[in-house]
Amino acid sequence: MANYEVVIGLEVHLQLKTKTKVFCGCSAAFGAPPNTHTCPVCLGFPGSLPVLNREALKLGAKVAMALNCRVAEEIRFDRKNYFYPDLPKDYQISQYGQPLSQRGYLLILTEGKEKRIGITRVHLEEDTGKLLHGTGQSLIDFNRAGTPLLEIVSEPDISSPEEAYFYLTALKSILEYIDVSDCNMEEGSLRCDANISVRKKGTKELGVKTEIKNMNSFKAVRAALEHEAARQIETLESGGKITQETRLFDSARGVTEPMRSKEEAHDYRYFPEPDLAPFDFEKDVLRDIKREMPELPEPRRKRFMSEYKLSDYDAAVLVSDKALADYFEKCSSLYKKYKIIANWIMGDISAYMKEHGLTIDRLNLKSEYLTGMLDMIDKGIISGKIAKTLLIDIVRTGKDPLSLVKEKGLEQITDTAQIDQAVADVIKENKRIADDFMGGKQNAVMALVGKVMAKTKGKANPQKVIEMLKESLKGGL
Amino acid sequence: MAITKDTVRYVANLARVELSEKELEHFTGQLDRILEYVHKLKGLEVKELAPTSHVLDIKNVYRDDIIKESLPASEVIKNSPDREGDLFKVKNIIEA
Amino acid sequence: MELNKLTAHGLKHLLDKGDISNIDICNDVLEAIEKKDKALNAIVHFDKEKAIEKSKASKGLPIFIKDNICVKDELTTCSSKILSGFRPPYNATVIEKLLKKDFVLMGKTNMDEFAFGSSTESSCYGPTKNPWDLERIPGGSSGGSAACVAADEAIFALGSDTGGSIRQPAALCGVVGLKPTYGRVSRYGLIAFASSLDQIGTLTKDVEDAALLLKTISGHDAMDSTSVPVSTPDYSLKIKDSIKGLRIGVPQEYFGQGLDSDVKDSVLKAIDKIGQLGAKCEKVSLPHTEYAVAVYYIVATAEASSNLARFDGVQYGLRAKDVKSIEEMYKKTRALGFGDEAKRRIILGTFALSSGYYDAYYLRALRVRTLIKKDFDEAFAKFDAILTPTSPTPAFKIGEKTQDPLTMYLSDIFTISANLAGIPGVSIPCGFTKENLPVGLQILGKPFDEETILKVAYNYEQATEWHKKRPDL
Repeated sequence: MANYEVVIGLEVHLQLKTKTKVFCGCSAAFGAPPNTHTCPVCLGFPGSLPVLNREALKLGAKVAMALNCRVAEEIRFDRKNYFYPDLPKDYQISQYGQPLSQRGYLLILTEGKEKRIGITRVHLEEDTGKLLHGTGQSLIDFNRAGTPLLEIVSEPDISSPEEAYFYLTALKSILEYIDVSDCNMEEGSLRCDANISVRKKGTKELGVKTEIKNMNSFKAVRAALEHEAARQIETLESGGKITQETRLFDSARGVTEPMRSKEEAHDYRYFPEPDLAPFDFEKDVLRDIKREMPELPEPRRKRFMSEYKLSDYDAAVLVSDKALADYFEKCSSLYKKYKIIANWIMGDISAYMKEHGLTIDRLNLKSEYLTGMLDMIDKGIISGKIAKTLLIDIVRTGKDPLSLVKEKGLEQITDTAQIDQAVADVIKENKRIADDFMGGKQNAVMALVGKVMAKTKGKANPQKVIEMLKESLKGGL
Repeated sequence: MAITKDTVRYVANLARVELSEKELEHFTGQLDRILEYVHKLKGLEVKELAPTSHVLDIKNVYRDDIIKESLPASEVIKNSPDREGDLFKVKNIIEA
Repeated sequence: MELNKLTAHGLKHLLDKGDISNIDICNDVLEAIEKKDKALNAIVHFDKEKAIEKSKASKGLPIFIKDNICVKDELTTCSSKILSGFRPPYNATVIEKLLKKDFVLMGKTNMDEFAFGSSTESSCYGPTKNPWDLERIPGGSSGGSAACVAADEAIFALGSDTGGSIRQPAALCGVVGLKPTYGRVSRYGLIAFASSLDQIGTLTKDVEDAALLLKTISGHDAMDSTSVPVSTPDYSLKIKDSIKGLRIGVPQEYFGQGLDSDVKDSVLKAIDKIGQLGAKCEKVSLPHTEYAVAVYYIVATAEASSNLARFDGVQYGLRAKDVKSIEEMYKKTRALGFGDEAKRRIILGTFALSSGYYDAYYLRALRVRTLIKKDFDEAFAKFDAILTPTSPTPAFKIGEKTQDPLTMYLSDIFTISANLAGIPGVSIPCGFTKENLPVGLQILGKPFDEETILKVAYNYEQATEWHKKRPDL
């Protein structure tokens, strides 16, 4: 395995977030009853003609620019001809010779280093309808037919399944930043196919590639590619040959398998779509798109590192989710210990969101409540331990931290007499541990701290407790 | 020969038109004659010329992203040879 | 009075005066259809009761529509088995425009299957006959529309023209056939044959009716990206201006070998007449004319092969039974549903676009198309209009060319170039052969200058009697 290298190219299909379909005025919303978002145009009824949705082309250009692509000076549509029951006209209006844009790249972080993955092209096309397979029969719903679809094709620059995963994560993050798509793989608004081949290290020539389809999450893409790379290497090692074919990923079994239907050589007979005139962007339209472009994840990560002195890892995790990064920045304007904010967001807050399937927007935690709570820790009003439960209380009740602390009596005990009593009790009750400590087992003190904290219901300042325990035990029992 | 029977068979399959052996023979002969005629275009030097796929000098014909009423499903489905509810029904891609 | 024999503008005049009602017109039209259409087979979808009902509900004139233009809930089949039973859920834009002006849609006219032909013989409903000689073809593909107007079964009709499908049958039936500039009339709802060439146009008894109907159906349509936002002149008024001083080109390439001598005589005499009316007729050259047919049959069939892919048995129309898979369903449906000419063109077009042949056939044809367009650009820099014969021969016998597709294709030789260049053209009656078959004069114009060609046509028509002749049936 070690003396092989893997070559991967990814093809992502992205549904754009427009109100209407790409060539007609039907709603592009997901989830309507079958064949109710359809008209003669998206059904490809005889005599109907396409008219381009301006917004779809604009969103496409936005994606292209975010991926550092050159937007073409003249954009044309072509017909891609093939028969399939989910394709109403038996041709797809797509782009071939003069696509929306070409030659871009995106940066991924792999093994701690930046890597540039080339983008071959970004082009606009129409989505197909949906086939519902039954036994022997299929049913067709054309609601999806004609939804604007962006095809984003990468160069074969990806050299491991892990990198493929990073590429997809980085891409999705960019797409979310520029707000062009729901990017929901389960609803199919983002789909991914992969081309993969392997070759002995040091060889120039590419190996025979296979195309992998039917992967419904980024993790599935990684798993499918891992399996496929291993399969190809094994085949070659045992003297076999790779067949150029399309393979489907079976996520339940974690394997790729050749598609059952007979495959014929593709001959799509692309030719210029005669029903549409060519398009170009006026300079100021592109300038406006550029001006309105939000800060993208990569520059933002770098800024987080320099401005907030966050580690590479922390910055990367925070910016990968735009809402999370926005939340961090809101907090950072109120509270200046940035690393502590990052720790809370990436630690307890993220854990809570994961457990409850929430995103930061849907989490009931005002930024000033979080920073208010952090302030209270700093001032010694509450302990860090109490803060962990307080956080959950804030989220559950929506109340501000100060009133909750008062309401529940969570203030840290600063009265030494109260702690003294607890320390004395604990030493008395845990003589053996105390002996261990005095016998030189320094760690034993932590066990005693835990007991004191339990006795004071966590309200004692742990630092203070340690000091007092050590003090009490110094003189012997 | 401008076109062979094998090519006609291949192309007819691409176009999803079933041809009998007799039709194949017949069409190949006719298409061969037509293509021989078309070969007169080979005599012209055209490399430098831009192809004309559109006669009109127009561009940027758009519409705004405004929802228009769709057809009722009953209208969509009314011409269908086979259906189930408001869905079109066809045989599977692969032979059952 | 037989009102069916009158022109639309004549009838309008009578209607406005209150001398007649549109029910009277409808009745006379119905009578003519009953008397003649068994022999002609010009009309394919027609319901007498419904027609009367519609007439009663409206005040407008009756009109017939070629069977490839969508009329909501009415059979629209392109004279093909594959669309049997198809009733579109929507109206073509031209239909909406007609309805807005109170026209009464009487029924659908016969055509070559999917407009593939020059004789109306490839219709699944059988050929339409030429009203001047029932053993002959009426031309095509709008043969039904041309024949029903010529035989006074209709006041006027809509057709479509991809390579001469309005002008050639108009010439062969002795009526006026107008193909507007590509982009003048919306194609929305016209079942596409070759999208970059198709244009809806008119078949009428005289030039004034062509002007009237063109005005009604023209105009920008937001549903058609190739519909051009230009204003529609008031043709009916403008065509009556004099043609004194107009510069007219006569391309020598249209008068060579293969041109019937009777046709040639009539056309040359017509050109003389137009000269006498004050226009200046001079020779011009359109040097790439001989390549037009070859270019056309690659470009048109390539587009058609894609446009006709949708007829696959899934959503509408014919579906083959007893099939095991969808692939088999596609192949059997299309084998059953398409006639020979449709199959031939689909295969030819698919071939021209297929891997390995695209550059040599399709792309080369598009480049030569550039030359043909350039010929016209240069000619129109010097001339206001161009005069040619519409068809090299008068109507030929039914069955005469069906076995030889190439010969059939060559009968479009004079009309095809206008579609390749996107320019307007009109065919008007200009004489008869010794066998008493009509001859057509074609007038070609600059893009969006229908006004000038209609003006030439009108002036000539007013100075001659050809348009008043009607076949004895």
